[in-house]
Amino acid sequence: MNSGRPDPDQLLARVEREKARARRGRLKIFFGAAAGVGKTYAMLLAARERRAENLDVVVGLVETHGRQETQVLLEGLEVLPPRQISYKGTTLREFDIDAALKRRPAIILVDELAHTNAPGSRHPKRWQDVHELLDAGIDVYTTLNVQHVESLNDEVGQISGIRVWETVPDTVFESADEVELVDLPPDELLIRLREGKVYLPQQAQQAIQNFFRKGNLIALRELALRQTASRVDAQMLDYREDHAIRDIWQVSDRILVCIGPNALAERLVRAGKRLAASLRAEWIVAYVETPQLQRLPAEKRDAVLRVLRSAEQLGAETVTLSAPDMSEAIIDFSRERNVTKIVMGKPTRRNWRRWLLGSVVDRVIGEAHNINVYLLGSPRGEEKEQEVSQFNRAPLPGLINRWGKKRKDRYRGYVWATVVIAFCSLLAKIMFGRFELANLVMVYLLGVIFVATHFGRGPSILASILGVAALDFFFVTPYFTFSVSDAQYLITLGAMLAVAMVTSNLMANVRSQAKVAAHRERRASVLYAMSKELAASQTEEEIVRTAVQHLHAEFGSRNVILFPDHNGRMVYPRQKAIAESLQGVDLSVAQWVFDHNEMAGQGTNTLPGAEAIYFPIHDGEKVLGVLALLPVNLRRVFLPEQQKLLETFLRQIGQAVARLRFTEQARTTHLQIEAERLRNSLLSAISHDLRTPLATIIGSASTLVEGDHHLQPQDKIELSRAIVDEAERMSNLVSNILDMARLDAGVVELNKQWHPVEEIIGTVLTRLQKHLAGRPVKVKMPPGMPMVFADAALIEQVLINLLENAVRYTPAGSDLDIRIETSANAVEIAVADRGPGIPKGREDRLFEKFYQARHEAAQSGAGLGLAICRAIVEAHGGCIRAQNRPGGGAVFTFVLPIDQPPPVAEPEE
Amino acid sequence: MAKTDPVIIVIEDDPSIRRFLRTGLNTQSFSVFEADTGKQGIVEAGIRKPDLVILDLGLPDMDGVEVIKAIRAWSAMPIIILSARSNEQHKIDALDAGADDYLTKPFGFGELLARIRVALRHALRSQEQPQDGVFATANLKVDLNNRVVSVDGREIHLTPIQYRLLAVLVKHAGKVLTHQQILKEVWGPSYQENAHYLRIYMSQLRQKLEADPTQPKFLLTESGVGYRLKVWG
Repeated sequence: MNSGRPDPDQLLARVEREKARARRGRLKIFFGAAAGVGKTYAMLLAARERRAENLDVVVGLVETHGRQETQVLLEGLEVLPPRQISYKGTTLREFDIDAALKRRPAIILVDELAHTNAPGSRHPKRWQDVHELLDAGIDVYTTLNVQHVESLNDEVGQISGIRVWETVPDTVFESADEVELVDLPPDELLIRLREGKVYLPQQAQQAIQNFFRKGNLIALRELALRQTASRVDAQMLDYREDHAIRDIWQVSDRILVCIGPNALAERLVRAGKRLAASLRAEWIVAYVETPQLQRLPAEKRDAVLRVLRSAEQLGAETVTLSAPDMSEAIIDFSRERNVTKIVMGKPTRRNWRRWLLGSVVDRVIGEAHNINVYLLGSPRGEEKEQEVSQFNRAPLPGLINRWGKKRKDRYRGYVWATVVIAFCSLLAKIMFGRFELANLVMVYLLGVIFVATHFGRGPSILASILGVAALDFFFVTPYFTFSVSDAQYLITLGAMLAVAMVTSNLMANVRSQAKVAAHRERRASVLYAMSKELAASQTEEEIVRTAVQHLHAEFGSRNVILFPDHNGRMVYPRQKAIAESLQGVDLSVAQWVFDHNEMAGQGTNTLPGAEAIYFPIHDGEKVLGVLALLPVNLRRVFLPEQQKLLETFLRQIGQAVARLRFTEQARTTHLQIEAERLRNSLLSAISHDLRTPLATIIGSASTLVEGDHHLQPQDKIELSRAIVDEAERMSNLVSNILDMARLDAGVVELNKQWHPVEEIIGTVLTRLQKHLAGRPVKVKMPPGMPMVFADAALIEQVLINLLENAVRYTPAGSDLDIRIETSANAVEIAVADRGPGIPKGREDRLFEKFYQARHEAAQSGAGLGLAICRAIVEAHGGCIRAQNRPGGGAVFTFVLPIDQPPPVAEPEE
Repeated sequence: MAKTDPVIIVIEDDPSIRRFLRTGLNTQSFSVFEADTGKQGIVEAGIRKPDLVILDLGLPDMDGVEVIKAIRAWSAMPIIILSARSNEQHKIDALDAGADDYLTKPFGFGELLARIRVALRHALRSQEQPQDGVFATANLKVDLNNRVVSVDGREIHLTPIQYRLLAVLVKHAGKVLTHQQILKEVWGPSYQENAHYLRIYMSQLRQKLEADPTQPKFLLTESGVGYRLKVWG
């Protein structure tokens, strides 16, 4: 890879990016160090220039803060009316995204990218609105201050002592097509401030005065300049890639950020982000959940969850590793993913404990030979206390505390611990005097182990202490005091306490690991069960039912899967709702999810006001449908491991749906090919078999018309007879073709009723009277009036075709036999002749369409008769076969099943 | 007494079928009037007071069944319907509405002529009521007064339902009766759905009256529609 040629994969990625960018609108950010530098002013100036170039420029939302010079620039520009939202008694003016999307200008101006929208808006943040505008292909001009960039937020906070809560993810800043730095030297800004040209909200007057100290402004300006410069740097790198200016092949870095459940987590994530950005490397944020960490209170676990999600927003991949040993998990994961740099927090254990017990950091450093480890310390002691910080400020909606129930369970454990020790004391009391004290100790230890295996760590520690205390109190002299007369008992008691503690700790670990294993196993079996059922599903309905039930079983949620109609509009499902179904979902949210291939609804960034959560279901290429899920508890959906499980569920559902679609498509294609083949043979058969009788008819008729005077009466009758005969033959052929077409198209609905077989045969023989003239037909019928449950008209057709065939292919005057045999669950009807029989090996081919035993036979019938017979009999669930008859001739036998007892007439008299 | 030719109205929208019907029927001494729509047909039937109507069920302006109902509102004149193949329900509807007989296209002229004769004869007979109470055709004889049935002079014992069934067929001899019509007359209106009962009794009747039940002479099945007692004459 030392050649000067650019890496094709990277080039391809660049081209893809360019293409995506061409479709998307372009984002231009007017970037400044602080309020008052004139970003809005600069933006409006640029907009006026575009307007002068005859571009369709619209002002989506601009805050002039009553500044005269800014106000003037607005004149002559189209301004969208803001959306009025009433919130807690006041009316808020918000950017109207729907109006903007409807208006579809070429360029839209949306001020203050970091703004937080009023509750009830489509997106919580304005940058998400902008994102949607860009997706819709609209160019956006916007403004942003340096302190609002997520990863710089820390630094700005440290410089100015003021934290802002409204931030914009770095990815948004980085994906901007153009960043224009609006720069103003701090002295001039301070002059403007004194002249009152800078807008300051009244309530924060004091804080902002502090903010606008010269030292601060210089630092902020530097930060803004640096940020813009690093962007330029990135652009340059792009350019170099493009033009193959490269002397060193960069080994692409992969950074692993390890976070724990503490305040350092956010800083680690930001540091990782900065490192990743400067190295242009991939980065992964990992949280290792050890059995100890699983015991953390819910609030802390939620905080970790939020940090992970914000890391995702910053562009990181996030993972949760479940392992008993943190350092081992980190090392293994790093090796697996070729991590080159690890970012983690400084060890928190105090020196002697660190020396004694070691620390995760030390072990990672010790084992990671080719990996650079970056350590980050807490800058101020106070931060440790400050557990709830910026990320955690806005809690995930719906994350409610479920701790109450668990706490009750815990109390139960402690009560049990006391009861068990009391029981041990009783047992020891009985043994006391007969056994050594060491044996009594064993009784207590057994009790501790029992508690540890059943109720976990806390109760087992209580049991250990209670046990030692009880032993001392009851069985160590002096009795019924906690004092100890003999010093050797101190060793006994101390050793007992140590053994009990260690044992209970070990047992509790084993127990929690068993719990983790059981949990994993359950999850694996849940997935297995669902994938098995999905694989067996033959219809979309079955897939939906399986998915809805399994999702309910795993997440306790009520669910519904929506699919689009032919026009790509989401519609409510047609099938009946089941118990686990979610009804009355918001189709417009589902539509948004379907169109954008992103999740939305409760707990997400889009339409968080919706009650349910909506996920796109795709097969990896395109969105097939939308899952709407109404959770009982958001935690059960948003915990990282649950998220992963849900993703797997969604993927499996998507694949199942895709598989079904493919199968359907393949079947349709196959049918089309089959139909095409059939159409071709039909055409050739028709052209031959219809033209032959037509030739006779037209010939005879024209002879009658033109040769009228010369014809003898005898000739006229003969010609007329020929016309009638051929027309009848054609009529039969047309009927057969129509029958076949109807049977093939599946439009024939069987009108099944009970019919005496005798009546069907009677009807057929009556209808074929003319045909059968001179052919003795013998009918052999068992006694007791057998009946069939069938569509009589169709079964008559079968018999007619079989008899006509028999007449056609056998010598005149030869016998025909119809034999009926009955059994408990079927009626068998056979038509036998004494003709030449069936050519060997052709018995089955006879029933194929357009097959004729003897080609170019004068008595042609297009070869449809037997195909129709087979179609009809099979439609009745029966079968038909042809055989040679012993003693010469052919037998055609068809069997009609009887699956219910035939009706009987009520007895009379 | 000068015998006038029977008048037939042909209600049919296809001109070539009309032409062949007119030519054929004229040679058989019928006076033929034509109508190409249902409305015109009803008007013609009112003006001409025909002896018989031949009605195509597939008319452009209205359903043939409606035409039958309109005519039946004031007249019992025989109506023979022509219908396309494989539309049994339509035929049944038309017969239930009061049509006397049906023919499936394509049909031969001889067959049509036979149906016309049966219909005219049947119409004549119902006008001559009360009849002598004895029906006889070929070797079958039914004495309705004394409830005696005989084949070749040999008396046949029938159960009450078998007899009622035969009596209904005799009453409409030569005419097609739908399953519904027979069920209603023999068993009453509440048995409309039990066509299989009818089939079973029909089979029993054939066993007793026909020499070869699989090649019946009198009790003919009209596939998918109903039954007809054939009159040999």
